[in-house]
Amino acid sequence: MTCLLYVRCVRRLWAPAPGYRLLKVANLHRSVHQLLHRKVMAEDKPWALISEVGEQGYFEDLADIIKRNFNVVCLKDFQQNPQLHGPKIQAVLLWNSFPTVEPSLLSLLPSLKVVANGGVGIDHLDVPYINSLGVKVTNTPGVVSNATADIGMALLLASARKVVEGHHIAVDPKTTHLPQCLMGDEVSESTLGIIGMGDIGYKIAQRGKGFDMKILYHNRNRRSVEDEQAVGATFCKNMDDLLKESDFVMLAVNLTPETTGLISHQQLSLMKPTATLVNVSRGRVVDQDALVKALQSGTIRAAALDVTYPEPLPRDHPLLGLPNVLITPHVGTNTYTTTSKIVQQMVDNAVAAVKGLPAPNEVKPK
Amino acid sequence: MAEDKPWALISEVGEQGYFEDLADIIKRNFNVVCLKDFQQNPQLHGPKIQAVLLWNSFPTVEPSLLSLLPSLKVVANGGVGIDHLDVPYINSLGVKVTNTPGVVSNATADIGMALLLASARKVVEGHHIAVDPKTTHLPQCLMGDEVSESTLGIIGMGDIGYKIAQRGKGFDMKILYHNRNRRSVEDEQAVGATFCKNMDDLLKESDFVMLAVNLTPETTGLISHQQLSLMKPTATLVNVSRGRVVDQDALVKALQSGTIRAAALDVTYPEPLPRDHPLLGLPNVLITPHVGTNTYTTTSKIVQQMVDNAVAAVKGLPAPNEVKPK
Repeated sequence: MTCLLYVRCVRRLWAPAPGYRLLKVANLHRSVHQLLHRKVMAEDKPWALISEVGEQGYFEDLADIIKRNFNVVCLKDFQQNPQLHGPKIQAVLLWNSFPTVEPSLLSLLPSLKVVANGGVGIDHLDVPYINSLGVKVTNTPGVVSNATADIGMALLLASARKVVEGHHIAVDPKTTHLPQCLMGDEVSESTLGIIGMGDIGYKIAQRGKGFDMKILYHNRNRRSVEDEQAVGATFCKNMDDLLKESDFVMLAVNLTPETTGLISHQQLSLMKPTATLVNVSRGRVVDQDALVKALQSGTIRAAALDVTYPEPLPRDHPLLGLPNVLITPHVGTNTYTTTSKIVQQMVDNAVAAVKGLPAPNEVKPK
Repeated sequence: MAEDKPWALISEVGEQGYFEDLADIIKRNFNVVCLKDFQQNPQLHGPKIQAVLLWNSFPTVEPSLLSLLPSLKVVANGGVGIDHLDVPYINSLGVKVTNTPGVVSNATADIGMALLLASARKVVEGHHIAVDPKTTHLPQCLMGDEVSESTLGIIGMGDIGYKIAQRGKGFDMKILYHNRNRRSVEDEQAVGATFCKNMDDLLKESDFVMLAVNLTPETTGLISHQQLSLMKPTATLVNVSRGRVVDQDALVKALQSGTIRAAALDVTYPEPLPRDHPLLGLPNVLITPHVGTNTYTTTSKIVQQMVDNAVAAVKGLPAPNEVKPK
């Protein structure tokens, strides 16, 4: 190939040769080199460590999103030969908090550039420690918000209007007539108190407004006046005020040392006895023992939880036996639409970090 | 004057009838006879009764009952649906019929959204897994459908349908609607709703089809094989109207064959369904036992409005919610 180019080049030199023709040849030469180079680059996809495909891990089509940009090693294979795989790995991609990122794992990954989380919560990661090893941490904010806000409202409505009990009665072989005493709580025009008014909390407020709910919120920082007016939300500087006035208390904070056990005996006792607690944050934001007592004693009416601690709860946990508790198994982002977006965003973050570029969603230490 | 309270016939207090506090609302304005007592001595009670107050369609208003009530002025229904009443016939006896529109709308719209969300996000299945004694780890394949930004098609854009549109807008849903009459531009813009003159277009484009019509000869069997086959295979049918708006046999077939994804129903025909009905056995069906207005707030308002209608009619005044023949 190079020979031919050279011959053409020489031939042209005999004729009157405008400068651009020589340039054209040089460009052709460069293009060939780039083509060869690009072919090599496809094999040069960086290596990523993931938990597994299928079973408890990624669905096939979600794994495909990852494989477009990375060569993958599954944890099981990695553990069988860490010396072989370890040095190649530049990214760890986390799904449902797996694989578990501990010092012992990190010590086997000398080339690691990034721990990229699928999802926005990173309470399971010691960010300062990981950063101290020169490794970035990324998460996926924004893209999780719609589905999580939807599940918050789904839980609120299902609890208030007794959908699960209703369905059980409707399909029970012993049911002979419509029940007259299956009465629920009115959601329309009730008071919704949102604790944590980030992306998710704000979208919950928007949805509550559609039901003509009165929206109260408590947050570390107050939102702008425009934001508040758009969803009809009133700021409660004192969280106690929100607790006293709300018919539905919705938790949408992230889990930090400051929010661990945020809702305990004191907070539950301030709530109305007709109020419902809805949690789409993390289990540990709530003191679960205090919650059990509050539900058993009628201090609050009911609880609806997409998250608990641990997940799932031990099978003998009192929460499982209470009639006024609705629990879903952490399905907050479980739609095809949203999980695909999460994986894509996780991959985009990892690709940028591996290239040494700023990642769109790097978790910066406070 | 307390003794001059007019007499009303009701089904019963407690059991299948009114709660005590709801019955109290009635007793402030009426002396009441329960159906059981009436039936034991219709000659004694019949001539006194000027109002029949209906709750959950009871007592059943048939010619045989009406013939025992010579002084009857009004049949006052608690609830907005009056498909169980032969209005022209009752009117022909010089008796008014009233219902309770408006006051039922919030709670019914709420149940529509509750069913839509519970079905889409598999809340009932999720709860079962979460509390099952055999559950040892979180399920990975409990995937639902995205509600935010999906397309909600509302068939029947009256008071209830419009409030459903308002709630759907909060989820950034694209709202389509089909109605006998088009709504005003302002109404449409307020909830971001697009009119579908042809119901087929709504059926083809919707991810969630919500039925919010009243039951009339025109809407009986409105959703049958043809309509279900036009829907997306990923779509869900939600019904807060009446069971007979849907051809239930066609619905069963559509659900069994994957013609549509799922159904969520607060109403069926009959209610409750026979225990061997195929709908009860399908995994992609969510049913609630006609709880559309079952909140203390709303049931109190319904009873009060029913009583207000009956009081006006007994006095010979125009009732706020008289059902006029078409």
